[in-house]
Amino acid sequence: MLSLMIKRLLVAVPSLIGVVIVTFLLTRALPGDPAAYFAGPAATKEAIEQIRVKLGLEQPLIVQFGRYVQDLAKGDLGHSLTTGQPVAQEIRTRLPASAELTLLGLFVSMLVAVPLGIAAATHPGSLTDHACRVVATAGVSLPVFFTGLILVYVFYYLLGWAPAPLGRLDVFFSPPPQVTGFYLIDSLIAGNLELFWASLKQLFLPALTLAIFSLAPIARMTRASMLAVLASDFVRTARASGLSSTTVIVTYAFRNAMIPVVTTLGMVFSFLLGANVLVEKVFAWPGIGSFAVEALIASDFAPLQGFVLTMAVMYVGLNLMIDILYGLIDPRVRLEA
Amino acid sequence: MTAIPLLDVHDLTVEFATRRGVVRAVQRVNLSIARGETVGIVGESGSGKSVTSYAVMRILDRAGRIAEGSVRFSSIDVRQASEDEMRELRGREMSMIFQNPRAALNPIRKVGRQIEDVLLEHVKATRSDATEKAIDLLDQVRIARPRERYHAYPFELSGGMCQRVVIALALACQPQLLIADEPTTGLDVTTQKTVMELIVGLTHQRSMSTILITHDLGLAATYCDRVVVMEKGHVVETASARAIFTAPSHRYSRKLMRATPRPGVSLRELLPEGETPTPTSASVTPLNAMDRTPLLVVDKLIKEYPRKGLDGVGAMLGKLVRHGPAPEPDVFRAVDGISFSINRGESVGLVGESGCGKSTTSTMVMRLIDKTSGSIVFDGEDIGDIPARSFARLPLRKRIQMVFQDPTDSLNPRFTAARAIADPLLRLGGIPGRDAIRARCEELARQVDLPLDLLDRFPHQLSGGQKARVGIARAIALKPDLVILDEPTAALDVSVQAVVLNLLQELKDTLGMSYLFVSHDLNVVRLLCGRVIVMQAGRIVEHGPTERVLFAPEAQYTRDLLAAIPHPKFDDEPARMVAHS
Amino acid sequence: MTDVTAPRPESGPAALTRHGRHVIGENKVTGFAFALFLLIGLAALFGPHIVPHDPLASDTAAALKPPSVRHWFGTDQIGRDVFSRVVVATRLDLFIALASVALVFLMGGLAGVAAGFFGGWTDRIVGRIADTIMAFPLFVLAMGIVAALGNSVQNIIIATAIVNFPLYARVARAEANVRREVGFVLAARLSGNSEARIVLGQVLPNIMPIMIVQMSLTMGYAILNAAGLSFIGLGVRPPTAEWGIMVAEGAAFMVSGEWWIAFFPGAALMIAVFCFNLLGDGLREIVDPQRRT
Repeated sequence: MLSLMIKRLLVAVPSLIGVVIVTFLLTRALPGDPAAYFAGPAATKEAIEQIRVKLGLEQPLIVQFGRYVQDLAKGDLGHSLTTGQPVAQEIRTRLPASAELTLLGLFVSMLVAVPLGIAAATHPGSLTDHACRVVATAGVSLPVFFTGLILVYVFYYLLGWAPAPLGRLDVFFSPPPQVTGFYLIDSLIAGNLELFWASLKQLFLPALTLAIFSLAPIARMTRASMLAVLASDFVRTARASGLSSTTVIVTYAFRNAMIPVVTTLGMVFSFLLGANVLVEKVFAWPGIGSFAVEALIASDFAPLQGFVLTMAVMYVGLNLMIDILYGLIDPRVRLEA
Repeated sequence: MTAIPLLDVHDLTVEFATRRGVVRAVQRVNLSIARGETVGIVGESGSGKSVTSYAVMRILDRAGRIAEGSVRFSSIDVRQASEDEMRELRGREMSMIFQNPRAALNPIRKVGRQIEDVLLEHVKATRSDATEKAIDLLDQVRIARPRERYHAYPFELSGGMCQRVVIALALACQPQLLIADEPTTGLDVTTQKTVMELIVGLTHQRSMSTILITHDLGLAATYCDRVVVMEKGHVVETASARAIFTAPSHRYSRKLMRATPRPGVSLRELLPEGETPTPTSASVTPLNAMDRTPLLVVDKLIKEYPRKGLDGVGAMLGKLVRHGPAPEPDVFRAVDGISFSINRGESVGLVGESGCGKSTTSTMVMRLIDKTSGSIVFDGEDIGDIPARSFARLPLRKRIQMVFQDPTDSLNPRFTAARAIADPLLRLGGIPGRDAIRARCEELARQVDLPLDLLDRFPHQLSGGQKARVGIARAIALKPDLVILDEPTAALDVSVQAVVLNLLQELKDTLGMSYLFVSHDLNVVRLLCGRVIVMQAGRIVEHGPTERVLFAPEAQYTRDLLAAIPHPKFDDEPARMVAHS
Repeated sequence: MTDVTAPRPESGPAALTRHGRHVIGENKVTGFAFALFLLIGLAALFGPHIVPHDPLASDTAAALKPPSVRHWFGTDQIGRDVFSRVVVATRLDLFIALASVALVFLMGGLAGVAAGFFGGWTDRIVGRIADTIMAFPLFVLAMGIVAALGNSVQNIIIATAIVNFPLYARVARAEANVRREVGFVLAARLSGNSEARIVLGQVLPNIMPIMIVQMSLTMGYAILNAAGLSFIGLGVRPPTAEWGIMVAEGAAFMVSGEWWIAFFPGAALMIAVFCFNLLGDGLREIVDPQRRT
């Protein structure tokens, strides 16, 4: 097991190196003057020169890269022009908001998608099967920001069930004492049920949007994988041995079918992290996605770079965990290591 | 006393709903199995033999159903029984083993646990003694170190061992009937024998009835009491094994029997009675009349492959972390220093089981891959040193050609038959103009007995035998001196194989080619080749004239190979009794 | 397989269309997708000429009017006709999607085929590039690329092509790899074909159907990607009519009840992507030569 984890870690290292190099290049190998980008559109010539010296843009690229890596190691991601705060600090503060949203959305999505896919595969041609296929094809076609807006219109404007899309908490509430940064967990830890419900109400629509978004690929993959496994030789053997259909479906089919689904999760996370940005804009959610969008509008470059880097590093980490999970499920991978 | 049969199938008809309408895979089949008897169902592809057994167990595909007739197992009407009743029968009273044993096992579950599942399901064990019973079963199917192997996953076991596990699964609950659907296809010849003997041994020991489904009449005749022959969904003949093998009565059974390669028959005798191959001028060229200069001389040929593992940076890191020397050598020798020669006009067989290196050898002689060391001399020229990449453009390329094993994947699915045959002509033939090329294609089609109107068809519109002919036509298009045939008939039905083998003999004689015939099937090699080379683990263990090697083998391995071939013996043994009541 | 001759089938373009019509007849959904595709194509080609109002003409007096006989999709916050804008935007969105897909097909397809067929260093380099791109959440990377290269339609196309590269290369590589040592490729070498000829003349035609299916599916994703980028303000600038930016402009009004401004462009997006996905699934059935009889 340990050797498997070490192997996977080793594979992740080149990815991390690649990520750092690419984010560096994105800001240095730009058309035009990088100093001007970092100084901002309203900068004077002196300010641009200052930035140029500060970033060492006169130096050869290798030296610049070295300084960049050094800064990263110290946790220095530069400063935001609009707020003047260090980017790393902003990201640290805002990250839990995005994480809470994304994880809740994914959780709800899997809760619905996996059983739906399994039911569709075990009852081909039924209503459930057709429903699953429609969900899969239509769901993949829905732009996530569109879904979010429709949900706002229906549940907030028309029905009044959901609160206004103005962020994590209604104006009257203050956030719970920080433990994890997840309002749902922190409010429970603080024993504040009213706060818990308030947070949940605000989370409801954006999480639902993300859930709908990721429902389609997961349901589609679960259904396809389950169908393939149910048609396989070893399921035929299990049936021919008279095993009950519960045993066949759960112990024999499901576990094998989950393997490709777990590997798909990596792709789903990639989509989710991107969708996060769009959902945060629609719901004015104070996460790192909206941080990046605000920076974009203001042509504030350092936060953007910090954002891309953070997202990528998180994604590499997520993939690593998925790889390890995959190794846990599939002994063929585990034992060959 | 007529005992009530264990299984009674009466007028069984099975239908499948397909895109093109309803297809009757099995029609009015009658079959009865008494307790304790072993019955073989023999047929070629499309005969319905597997579908019949699936219907007996009621594990037909969703699209299939029993349309007419009845199936009675013991006193139960299988057709009317509920799914729950059937589930109780399956595994407990009747069980089945399939082809391709590794795929038949759950890849992520320990084999011991899989056996336990069956035991627990049919209440033949409790949680506390299930493990011991599973280990005991593994022992009964002669798996060494059963306690350890209990914890193994299928991918850690060989094909033969996987099949033993599948047998253990099938016999775990002591069923009355075992259905074995092509249990030895895909296994090595020596493994086939041990698996069959294990099956027959265990089933006789427990007085079980067995249905053996196979395409190999010889196999059925060796291990079964009675044989049922099926063709295109119908039963054409049912008789004792001896009767079927020595004096089949139905036309189709006779055709099958004749087409089965076995000792004592010649190539011509494989064909159905009344059919003679297209007349030829020469007969098989006797050894001593041939040209003395060897066409191909292979000397101390070696092919090494690096062992699988981390490459590049990973391997370096691995070496740094490891303490002491590497556990195994870094290379694997697929071919370990072999030498042989082929004379002009000669047909030489290259025989061995999977992994022996025969395919690697033939691919090197073909100059499709490069050797590691040794020499390959063709007609006096050293072709071994020419890199494979450059060989394609040399005129020498024309003189060595190949017929492939799988007719399906050796033809480009987007090329018509004519285009496939024309490919070598277009590149190396030096024939000007489309009409001339077309004319040559038609000439070749005639030579291989391929109807001309099939030339414009795509591979998926041709039968297996027709595809094989296209492959042969393509191989002889450039009039090569040496043709390498890599198991050319392994994927064909036995009756089609008979025709193709005769065709190959004709072509060899008419065109004066030499053959290197690579195969695992000694009986087939005996028909076509004057000399045979036996390989094992990358080395040649024996070689010489075919008759001598096959009748008086010197190497133990050759003896093992010969002994493994199913061998019905009716002259000395008394015929086995049908019912043990 | 018995040696029976099957009935004589046809081949060639006539048979292909007949088979195509047969599959569409069998599968109403694919037929529907084709019809939709034609509709979208027509809107893209002729849209600007047949719309009732000028998509850029603003009329503040008529601002924020709900759908009516005069303005089928209503008017937006500065009085522009939403219907005209949605139809005209078809051209731009389709163009962006088509251009990125064509670009990624060339780059990714060829790189993938070379990597899969030749292996060795080509495979390693292409693999590294694909892995590096895949290490990023794709939309985030697209954001970064457009922010870095500059806010223009051209860069949206480039960014979309880059983030789709790994998927394409992977599919092409897998297909080419399978065919690398397959029987008919070996036979082609025996017939004297050079490696280049084998790749172009034998392997590529076999891969094409799958690549075309991929292209159709990627079109859908490319449209969504471009729309997403313009939703957050990248790429297209007002007053250009483009679906994504129209949804962004209408987003604020959703909350106050003027749903039509964002709804119709969003619905158009959905329909277009849906169409391409269905088309991809249907194409897969038609072009597979195994099924042709």
